[in-house]
Amino acid sequence: MNLFKISWKYLTFRPLSTGLNVFLLALGLAIITVLLLIQDQFEKKMNQDAAGIDLVVGAKGSPLQLILSSVYHIDFPTGNIKMEEAQRLSRNRLVKKIIPMALGDNFQGFRIVGTNHDYLELYGVDFADGKPWEVPFEVVIGSEIATKLKLKLGDEFTSSHGISEGSHDHDEHNFVVSGILAPRGNVVDRLILTSIESVWYTHDEEPVAVEPESSPLAEASDKEAHEDHDHDSEGHDATENHDSDEHAKFHAAVSKTGFPISDQDREVTTLLLQYRNPIAAVQLPRMINSGTSMQAASPSFEMSRLFELLGVGISLLQGLAVVLIVIAGLGIFIALYNSLKERKYDLAILRAIGASRTQLLALIFLEGLMLTFLGAVLGIALGHSFLWLLVSQSDQNVVAALQPWIFLKQELWIIAYALGVGVLASIIPAWSAYQTSIAKQLTKV
Amino acid sequence: MLLKANSLQYAHPGQDLISFPEIRVDSGEALLVLGKSGSGKTTLLNLLAGLLNPKGGDVILDGVKLSALSDQKLDLFRGKNIGIVFQKPHLIAALNVRQNLELAHFFSKKKGQDIIQLLTELGISDKANTSVLTLSEGEAQRVSIARALVTNPKLILADEPTSSLDDENTEKVIRLLKAQAQKIGAALIIVTHDQRVKNHIPHFIEVLAS
Repeated sequence: MNLFKISWKYLTFRPLSTGLNVFLLALGLAIITVLLLIQDQFEKKMNQDAAGIDLVVGAKGSPLQLILSSVYHIDFPTGNIKMEEAQRLSRNRLVKKIIPMALGDNFQGFRIVGTNHDYLELYGVDFADGKPWEVPFEVVIGSEIATKLKLKLGDEFTSSHGISEGSHDHDEHNFVVSGILAPRGNVVDRLILTSIESVWYTHDEEPVAVEPESSPLAEASDKEAHEDHDHDSEGHDATENHDSDEHAKFHAAVSKTGFPISDQDREVTTLLLQYRNPIAAVQLPRMINSGTSMQAASPSFEMSRLFELLGVGISLLQGLAVVLIVIAGLGIFIALYNSLKERKYDLAILRAIGASRTQLLALIFLEGLMLTFLGAVLGIALGHSFLWLLVSQSDQNVVAALQPWIFLKQELWIIAYALGVGVLASIIPAWSAYQTSIAKQLTKV
Repeated sequence: MLLKANSLQYAHPGQDLISFPEIRVDSGEALLVLGKSGSGKTTLLNLLAGLLNPKGGDVILDGVKLSALSDQKLDLFRGKNIGIVFQKPHLIAALNVRQNLELAHFFSKKKGQDIIQLLTELGISDKANTSVLTLSEGEAQRVSIARALVTNPKLILADEPTSSLDDENTEKVIRLLKAQAQKIGAALIIVTHDQRVKNHIPHFIEVLAS
């Protein structure tokens, strides 16, 4: 028998009251845990995914949407831009590097990104298997896609139009998996990467009539393709000849860096841009926004704006968590205080058989501390489980990339806070236990 | 002489001073303190146990003056040397029978008697692991006696231990207290207004409300 055991026995003697208080406290702490985890991982992820990207250039529209769609692959793209205009921008002396991207298709909800090998370099990817794409319709898939969709090297699939599942299928040409990436814990894990040419050719083949809800890219390229075909037939090309021509371009190597070569008016969706020097940060965005039909947006600026907006919601949740914790603290105080009334006899008896005042003080504090420690541990466990549930429920969005079983140093602070609540709640009951007069209690029958 | 209490005096707040007769008990002896309700018998017992501080006089147990001890030392001294049987059993409801007795070992920092053996002698060994809430009144009283004895104290104080028991149980409890006190060589003081107890213990003093 020791003080610890006695406190524990007292706690388990009132399982309902103890349970309720522990649960209340745990709920409050669980909310804080979830917020901590999400905030930490989101911020890390956001910074990680945007590393090396100074500026994003795309069609005019919402700058935040442009960043979300082209860096994090969450929102819909703002539209397409003329490749010619993009190429003109790439020749600017303030631009160090430019990575063009063609977006707008998906396979089972995972986005297909047409780009060049610079994109792979930007994220420093490693190949778990296979190699980068060399010819049109070869794709490299992220690790998460490989596991979720059980795709292997050489597997074929057809893309769907749009960026969400269940839209019209592009069934004219199959994509072939040429490489599988090793997991990196960033946005690339959830992307299907291929050449811009693949995206173009997919839409070239599309008949115009069966396009119910085309994205700007598809629409534009479809029109082009149509005109192209018209033009070709006007030019008295033999159908066979045309076919073999088409066939040949499917087997020609794609461009690995810079813009793909095309004899037609082509479009791309967005450009990821790196500055050559600090002056570029001042001049380039203004130049693009006012001097071209494109818009430029900085990921770091837009994301800090987004966090500012989300901040209100986060504060609200934090407030709720604090209220829950305060209620739990009050609950523990009331439980200890009430039980003390019936416990005064017990305390007097303990004194009569040799317990000192300080031991009784310790007994009450221990009870409060054990209660809150249980609450803290349960709260942290609840928080992680809740995040795990959230992650397992969402397949393809950003939440899916969160890791529910990462433990942070701040979680130790949660335990410290909880124990603080325990001490606060126990002060008055413990003091009153300390003050109890034995003789008075025992003779009062 | 194990216990000496000279000219003890005590006043409850707002009440007259009570003076108690001199008390002297040796190891192995039994003494009865008789008196009507309200005569201050329980007050005397609390004074002897060091639960109350006297207004005058001293309690000297085994050569130690209780009033000279600090609070903390007094608590431990009481735990080691004095076993108290209260009028009501006052067992700790959150613990089972055996744990209630272990509690006395823990707080007195003393190994004392073997719990199971003591319970066997008191005829309640089969209750060792049951909740104290399921005990009958007689059983609960015996457990509280066991708790007073389990630390092998030098002095056993019993406050109306028989007031709620029938004749048969009264006799049992008194015999038990006497036998156990004899066994561990402790002095036994029983405070009571129960005349039935008188037949078993010849030595007595009377407390009269002044």
